[in-house]
Amino acid sequence: MLEITNLHARAGEKPILNGITLSVKEGEVHAVMGPNGSGKSTLAQVLAGHPAYEVTDGSVTFLGQDLLELEPEERAKLGLFLAFQYPVEIPGVTNAYLLRAAYNELRKARGQEEVDPMDFMDLVEEKLKLVDWGPEILSRSVNAGFSGGEKKRNEILQMAVLEPKLAILDETDSGLDIDALRTVADGVNRLRRPDNATIVVTHYQRLLNYIVPDYVHVLAGGRIVRSGGKELALELEAKGYEWLTEEAVTA
Amino acid sequence: MTVTYLQDFEALARNGGPGEPWLQHLRQEAVERFRRLGFPAPREEDWRFNNLAPIVTTPFRLAPADGSGVAAEALSPFLYALPGSATLVFVNGRYVPALSTPGSLPGGVRLDHLSGAFASDGELLSRHLGRYARSEKNGFTALNTAFVRDGAFLYVPAGVEIADPVQVLFVTDPRAEGGVTYPRNFYFLERGAGAAVIESYITLGDFVSFTNAVTEAVVGAGARLTHLKIQRESERAYHVGTTHVQQGRESQVHSHSVSLGAAICRNNLDLVLDGPGIESGLLGLYLGRGSQEVDNHTFILHAHPNCSTREVYKGILDGASHGIFNGKVYVTREAQKTDAKQTNRNLLLSDRARVDTKPQLEIFADDVKCTHGAAVGSLDQQAAFYLKTRGIGGALARKILTYAFAAEVLEEIPWDPVRTELEQEVMSRLEERGG
Repeated sequence: MLEITNLHARAGEKPILNGITLSVKEGEVHAVMGPNGSGKSTLAQVLAGHPAYEVTDGSVTFLGQDLLELEPEERAKLGLFLAFQYPVEIPGVTNAYLLRAAYNELRKARGQEEVDPMDFMDLVEEKLKLVDWGPEILSRSVNAGFSGGEKKRNEILQMAVLEPKLAILDETDSGLDIDALRTVADGVNRLRRPDNATIVVTHYQRLLNYIVPDYVHVLAGGRIVRSGGKELALELEAKGYEWLTEEAVTA
Repeated sequence: MTVTYLQDFEALARNGGPGEPWLQHLRQEAVERFRRLGFPAPREEDWRFNNLAPIVTTPFRLAPADGSGVAAEALSPFLYALPGSATLVFVNGRYVPALSTPGSLPGGVRLDHLSGAFASDGELLSRHLGRYARSEKNGFTALNTAFVRDGAFLYVPAGVEIADPVQVLFVTDPRAEGGVTYPRNFYFLERGAGAAVIESYITLGDFVSFTNAVTEAVVGAGARLTHLKIQRESERAYHVGTTHVQQGRESQVHSHSVSLGAAICRNNLDLVLDGPGIESGLLGLYLGRGSQEVDNHTFILHAHPNCSTREVYKGILDGASHGIFNGKVYVTREAQKTDAKQTNRNLLLSDRARVDTKPQLEIFADDVKCTHGAAVGSLDQQAAFYLKTRGIGGALARKILTYAFAAEVLEEIPWDPVRTELEQEVMSRLEERGG
């Protein structure tokens, strides 16, 4: 589904990704871990198409298309979803409006009819259950005045409505207490299907107790320095990142 | 270019233009002021960003005072479905009872057109009319006072609260093409009273006309006034409006201003906080496109301790439009513990649009909390990227974010039908843009 080959990217003059190669197949959950500044959030942003980053080398193929050639909204329409580390507040635009607009843009891209507000409500009410929310959240402005936990939950609600092929969760666990973490992880797990995939970007192993990955990759200095199964995350939890980042430097 | 106005005044005076001696005196005094002042000159500080030439060089004649022949249906988009709400409709400056509705008002409340109130409330008016919106420095106000004739009159007795907003609609129709109207409103809230007024200015059709409006509001101790001014005139029309609010101790005023129309629109809003413990909010939204010029001048006088004011004005400027914001907050030495916050934000949707913004604080007290800020920018790039990652790009994203910018001001309008209607109006303006 996703093939990243030798991906290099920089922000301004500063190189951040220095040759990332990663393959994600349908049905898989990959965890991308690493210390602060290792480039893991940049990887998520580059995949989503953030204009602050310039890809200088390498390629990314998503569902057979050259991802890097596409605008961010075209990537979304193709089935890529980024759950933001810091979801943006949009005062004045309700959740209901944003969700329906996004949903209809996807439908239009697939040559389907737009849904009217009533039909959309029925659909959204089902999705709300996934994140354990009532309909009152729909009339609130997008993320405006939301707590950290509510913002992350809202990202998962959007993901539930848009049903992406590939979801990238960028530090979705940061700033969450254990209950919120569980709600968010439950939502993600219930959205897992054999034909979609998830990349979980995280600093800590904690989230991976709830969203169990098939593969764990450790980033340091903008490269993957170690890949393994879920037990690698536990090892990192016990030993920290230093042993890997030092290896990366001496290698 | 004052001569045609003076001729019209003479003609009106010869016809015995309605009036008690006090009123004739007020008018005569005002016309003398106008004769001396004329229209503001571009070199005057308060007008230096404006292009008044189209108003000053056009000899606008007094619009024919004929309010007949306008169908109620034509006005329905501009009157809001608020059960119990009284409406006063004026066509070409003249009150039209047939288009107005009395609504349900509590006992003691007097709502009338000003010409009617000259007879019934002459004593109150003789003491207050023209006392707040002063003519000394403003030729437009002098001119309005010279031609004072009709507009809304509202009197609310002590402790009485009107549940539903009063709607005042000023309509200019094609018979007033090339003409000028002088709406004059007077609202008087006694101690502890409560009222809301929606004041709308519209034109039926697309033509040149000039509205020179003045509103005076006296808000007694502990009284509460919500005032919404909506200016949706033709984009060929000219509009100069002055609203003066005099606030007594511990009163509250919520002022909302929405300006969408007119080729040139100048809104003056003056708040005099004439007592301690006053709380007021001033919210404004202005849209410009084509070659529209939209100007908001606000002045808040903090003259007593423990008053707080919060002001947020936002502009969305497209095409080659020109926005002006000048907000002065003046804090006297006596006004300790003043809390004043002023913000002006502008969104430029085109590189030909421009804005002049000038927030000003003049503070003579030493124990105050005052902030002001102005910003001019384009759409929020973070939010734009966020929408793109949700599949929403291009014109739709621009529309949503522009609307969001405006909604922050609109969502504080307390009546659903009014807010919804204005939100739709703003949305459709953004859609017409090609979104």
